[in-house]
Amino acid sequence: MIQASGLRKVYGETVALDGVDLHVRQGEIFGVLGQSGAGKSTLLRCVNVLERPTAGTVTVAGQELTSLTGQELNRARQRIGMIHQHFALLSSRTVAGNVAFPLEVMGVAKPERERRVAELLDLVGLSGKAGEHPARLSGGQKQRVGIARALAGNPSVLLSDEATSALDPGTTESILALLRRLNRELGLTILLITHEMNVVKSVCDSVAIMTGGRIEESGPIRELLARPGSRLAAELFPLPVPEPGTVTVTFTGQADEPVISHVVRKFDVDVSILGGALEEVAGSSVGRLRIALTGDESGAALSYLRERGLLVEVAA
Amino acid sequence: MTWDEMLPLLAEASGQTLQMVLWSTLFTILFGLPLGIALVGTDRDGLFPSRALHQVLGLVVNVGRSLPFIVLMIAVIPLTRLIVGTTIGTMAAVVPLTLGAVPFLARLVETALREVGRDVVQAAQAMGANRTTIVAKVLLPEALSGLIAGLTVTVVALISYSAMAGVIGGGGLGDLAIRYGYQRFETLLMIVTVVVLVVVVQLVQMLGDTLARRLSRR
Repeated sequence: MIQASGLRKVYGETVALDGVDLHVRQGEIFGVLGQSGAGKSTLLRCVNVLERPTAGTVTVAGQELTSLTGQELNRARQRIGMIHQHFALLSSRTVAGNVAFPLEVMGVAKPERERRVAELLDLVGLSGKAGEHPARLSGGQKQRVGIARALAGNPSVLLSDEATSALDPGTTESILALLRRLNRELGLTILLITHEMNVVKSVCDSVAIMTGGRIEESGPIRELLARPGSRLAAELFPLPVPEPGTVTVTFTGQADEPVISHVVRKFDVDVSILGGALEEVAGSSVGRLRIALTGDESGAALSYLRERGLLVEVAA
Repeated sequence: MTWDEMLPLLAEASGQTLQMVLWSTLFTILFGLPLGIALVGTDRDGLFPSRALHQVLGLVVNVGRSLPFIVLMIAVIPLTRLIVGTTIGTMAAVVPLTLGAVPFLARLVETALREVGRDVVQAAQAMGANRTTIVAKVLLPEALSGLIAGLTVTVVALISYSAMAGVIGGGGLGDLAIRYGYQRFETLLMIVTVVVLVVVVQLVQMLGDTLARRLSRR
């Protein structure tokens, strides 16, 4: 749905994007995770060409945006929704007026506009607030207006620029749940950028980890976690640097099986648990356990764990 | 001087001041508002960036702002003749008044427009709004409160400038105060004129403040 290849963005001496490839499939929620300054915001802005990349191409829904300018680009942007960290609502307009704005831009006639605004406000649960000004709304309500506004043009893609970073944890949850619902009900493809692992954990299907203008790893979350040396796993389960000889076991989906207990019973080994955590990620349980194995049958025990489909990494 | 003698003079002078201020305010908005928009728009991160144009406009505005009004009024006499057909009288004063106030308002418009968040403009761009739409439907409405405040200051400045219009025969309250109050020692008329000016400025400022407050939705 979104395909970016070889994206570079250079401001003077600073390289903000250093050859980024991104592939977001239709109907998924794709998260770009990174610290501030990693280039994720520039990446998002390149997707709807708010920033024109120095090199590389962006294709959204089959249309190459980087080759468009002027009116053609504006028309293409009308089919891409965007929500913002600080909501970016027009303070001089009411809630309904804000949602109507993109429809005015698109030249939708007034009766149709009013019908659509009512429908959109209903969708985000703000029907009672149509006549209020944004200054009187809470952060979560403002972002709901932002979302309704972003959906006005029936976009196939929604871009989210740190949409929950200015919100408290409870409100963040409810906005993420709304995004999840829109993703499922409308089949909306969402590309979001965030610095919060929590956001990735609770809504994303796929993730790209970004550092210094490059994507370090990217793909479906389940696949990434099952990959040896995964940055995502290391970030998600912040275990200390392993001592040589210790074993890190990653469970993806088998977290409720008593594998460790099986190992101890089947083989002549002792297991000491050094650390571990269990997380709910992309709708399933994922766990990581740091253990030390001692005993003659350690090797066999490790093979057994691998056969059970667990990712077993032995620190050298 | 009795009240019966003063009132017609005051009425005539007030009418002239009103005429000068109204016309020059109208023309000042007509030229100052687009100039202010251009100052913001041509800037580096503006909607239609142009380094050269930005510098030229900035220079023009600064030159306009640095000329004392009384000098400007004399300096533009040839232009006044060209536009109005005469160089003396109330309407002749409208030309220098407008020229003096346009750069002033333009700077205030610039400041007001810069108050509009970059993220709001970017959001509009992301929705596919073109530049005209962004100016008309985002920048101006969002800055309206600040624009009204700037216009209020400009109108007050115009009332003040118009006091000098007597130099080119423009008449008005300031001229009355100088000719009668100062040169003929009519102290009472001087005081009355000053009171009228103070009241008018107060009213303009109050009206502007109220409007600006009503329009502010932050």
